Amino acid sequence: MSTIATNEPQRIHPHRFIMWIAIGSIVMMFAGMTSAYIVKKNQGNWLAIELPVLFWYSTAVILASSVTIFLANTALKAGKTSFYKTLITITAILGVVFISMQWEGFKDLETRGIALIGPQSNSASSFLFVITGLHMLHVLGGVIALIVTFFRSFWVQEGQINLVPTQIVATYWHFVDVLWIYLFIFYQLIA
Amino acid sequence: MSHEAVLHGDAHGHDDHGHHEHHDTFLTKYVFSQDHKMIAKQFLITGMVWAVLGGLMSVLFRLQLGYPDSTFPFLEDLLGKWGKGGRITPEAYYALVTTHGTVLVFFVLTAGLSGTFANFLIPLQVGARDMASPFMNMLSYWFFFAASIVMLSSMFVETGPFSGGWTAYPPLSALGDASPGSKTGMDLWIISMALFVVSSLLGGLNYIATILNMRTKGMSMTRLPLTIWALFFTAVLGVLSFPVLFSGFILLIFDRNFGTSFYLSDIFVNGVGALPNEGGSAILYQHLFWFLGHPEVYIILLPAMGMVSEILSINSRKPIFGYMAMIGSLFAIAILAFLVWAHHMFVTGLNPFLGSVFVLLTLLIAVPSAIKVFNWLTTLWRGNIRFTPAMLFAIGFVSLFISGGLTGIWLGNSALDIHLHDTYFVIAHFHIVMGVASMFGMFAGIYHWFPKMYGKQLNNTLGYIHFWVTIAGAYLIFWPMHYEGLAGMPRRYYDFSIWESFKQFGELNKFISLVSMIVFMVQLLFLFNFFYSIFKGRKLTKQNPWDATTLEWTAPINPGHGNWVGEIPEVHRWPYDYGKDGVDFIAQTTPVGADESQH
Ligand code: HEM
Ligand SMILES: [Cu+2]
Repeated sequence: MSTIATNEPQRIHPHRFIMWIAIGSIVMMFAGMTSAYIVKKNQGNWLAIELPVLFWYSTAVILASSVTIFLANTALKAGKTSFYKTLITITAILGVVFISMQWEGFKDLETRGIALIGPQSNSASSFLFVITGLHMLHVLGGVIALIVTFFRSFWVQEGQINLVPTQIVATYWHFVDVLWIYLFIFYQLIA
Repeated sequence: MSHEAVLHGDAHGHDDHGHHEHHDTFLTKYVFSQDHKMIAKQFLITGMVWAVLGGLMSVLFRLQLGYPDSTFPFLEDLLGKWGKGGRITPEAYYALVTTHGTVLVFFVLTAGLSGTFANFLIPLQVGARDMASPFMNMLSYWFFFAASIVMLSSMFVETGPFSGGWTAYPPLSALGDASPGSKTGMDLWIISMALFVVSSLLGGLNYIATILNMRTKGMSMTRLPLTIWALFFTAVLGVLSFPVLFSGFILLIFDRNFGTSFYLSDIFVNGVGALPNEGGSAILYQHLFWFLGHPEVYIILLPAMGMVSEILSINSRKPIFGYMAMIGSLFAIAILAFLVWAHHMFVTGLNPFLGSVFVLLTLLIAVPSAIKVFNWLTTLWRGNIRFTPAMLFAIGFVSLFISGGLTGIWLGNSALDIHLHDTYFVIAHFHIVMGVASMFGMFAGIYHWFPKMYGKQLNNTLGYIHFWVTIAGAYLIFWPMHYEGLAGMPRRYYDFSIWESFKQFGELNKFISLVSMIVFMVQLLFLFNFFYSIFKGRKLTKQNPWDATTLEWTAPINPGHGNWVGEIPEVHRWPYDYGKDGVDFIAQTTPVGADESQH
């Protein structure tokens, strides 16, 4: 493994720092979306939509997954590798469950006769679909990252796991969780 | 040697002391390189290819504007059906204008400028072996490369490239039936731009992390060269504004392909009828676009400002005047850049009260801008000036920035803008202040850092010819456009000769077109100088050819991956000790002497 060296003591690992800036960047993307949502709503022609009940359950699921990934990292630090693997697996599964519940939520809207896309759609429902869908893609990215960290824990020798990547993934995971909470509250307030 | 960060990509080896232990293959050294210096060159050369293509496009559409009644048989050979009968067709004209704008703004002056100098200078000037993540850095280039290929391929589709202007306003961008270029051409445009945004983000994340986390010992933030400060704010602007553009693009894709009504409403389209869409707002797109679009103009400008500050100081043999004020004004510009976007939208039916708020915020930018100009001028004042080509281009930048900034103040007044909006006055304004000025910054940077990049010298005589023809040409091309704009001549028209009121500008338009061809030729001379010198240029014999203080000149003439042999040098002072205590210059690595005066 090649290394770069700096003379200055590192306050924070550069890769973790990159993740924090990337989070800022993603926040701007969603801020752009939700601002557009407000602007569009104020222009009228806006359908008031009741959110699918499933979104409440999915919120609980993603909150739970934040707890499991936190526990996973604590386990890893304590050297309990197999417990760590179990918890990471649970987290990834919760992520997948979250995504499917969101998807079911969309279907629920459609059965209520609310078109999400297409010429019949209102931009209120289209926004709901695009923003929520974009968030789902971010969760999917997190699930993939979890799967990679999971397998990495097999490749690397016991007790020698580099903590940095797992911490970065955990940071990201907490972030997509918080992001969903923000969106969920946003939908309730500005509907 | 104390703290270590693990580098991605184990294949690419160099040891702690930064010299090569093993043999790079051609592929890892020149193509999939993770060395920031090689990636910088990749950005530069790709940017140059685009500059030539984009420049050529402008020569072609200037041909139409200057000689609307003539035919040029070679156009038909070159463009086929787009140049039928030796004349550029209206569709082709719009495609050329759009592609010219897109590639010059994004591919040349964003990727070509930031990509080159942020990559090249950040590690070398802050004292790091490479970027925080060399692997992401490599990806950043390859996303840009993919974006380039997609954009290039859009030139060859049956219906032509996108032709709705570089700002891609709906409905032309949202509705396939709106124009030939709105079909496949627009699909490819948007894919290309999406790839480009990813490239910029990957680059920007790395630049910020490297500047904040990888500085060498002693390199506090207030000892950073102004280039680095400028590149830092550039990256921050990019990381915060490109995602918003991306949001706008996502909504655009949904309107184009999935029948949603974010931007489209029940407008009537010739030959199609009324659209089924309801309630969409084209203005919404403009908000999202200009929220990026205005910061973007500073993403283009700030790197040039940083390099110019550096080059002016070095070649005046004087410290930069007002170092902290320079940082402060960069900061102020970066903040204000996010608060002025609606000045591009004064005539969209914006609430007049809101408009006046944006007038105020827009005119406020004049304050930090003026601070920078005065500091550059006072840096030059009574300096011991060395007129190298880099210095001339840096001085040219200051001149252009003043000229173009002043017309910005006109446009920033919403009342005046009602008349000036979408006229040649705007074209003149932004070409002088952004287009040409940033190009000058880029040229200054290339002339100045070429010896570090390639270990060779550029030919000075060619450099002087390049400078004088380009500055004269730039003013001859764009100055008269102010008068055309004041007379109401609108931008984006194919043929002005059919209006009585604009006939008076026929000769002027011919003149502008002629000069633009000459200026284009001179850029080819520069390219010749560049490529010839890489291979046949005079070899650099001095490690520090400009007697500069910054760290990059302490690295070997042709640094390997890792930049310094042995330890990374430690920094003891700011980068502007020129002429201090009667000494010509004191490198940043020189410890402060006991009897040295304070600065
Ligand atoms: C005091 C400083 C400045 C002020 C007050 C100002 C103001 C304006 C205004 C009000 C417009 C809109 C004109 C219209 O479309 O009707 C405009 C256009 C533009 N400005 Fe500036 N500007 C300033 C400096 C700059 C700088 C430094 C840059 C770039 C580095 C820049 C780049 C542009 C561009 C690219 C456009 C036109 C975009 C387009 O419509 O295609 N401006 N400026
Ligand atoms: Cu602007």
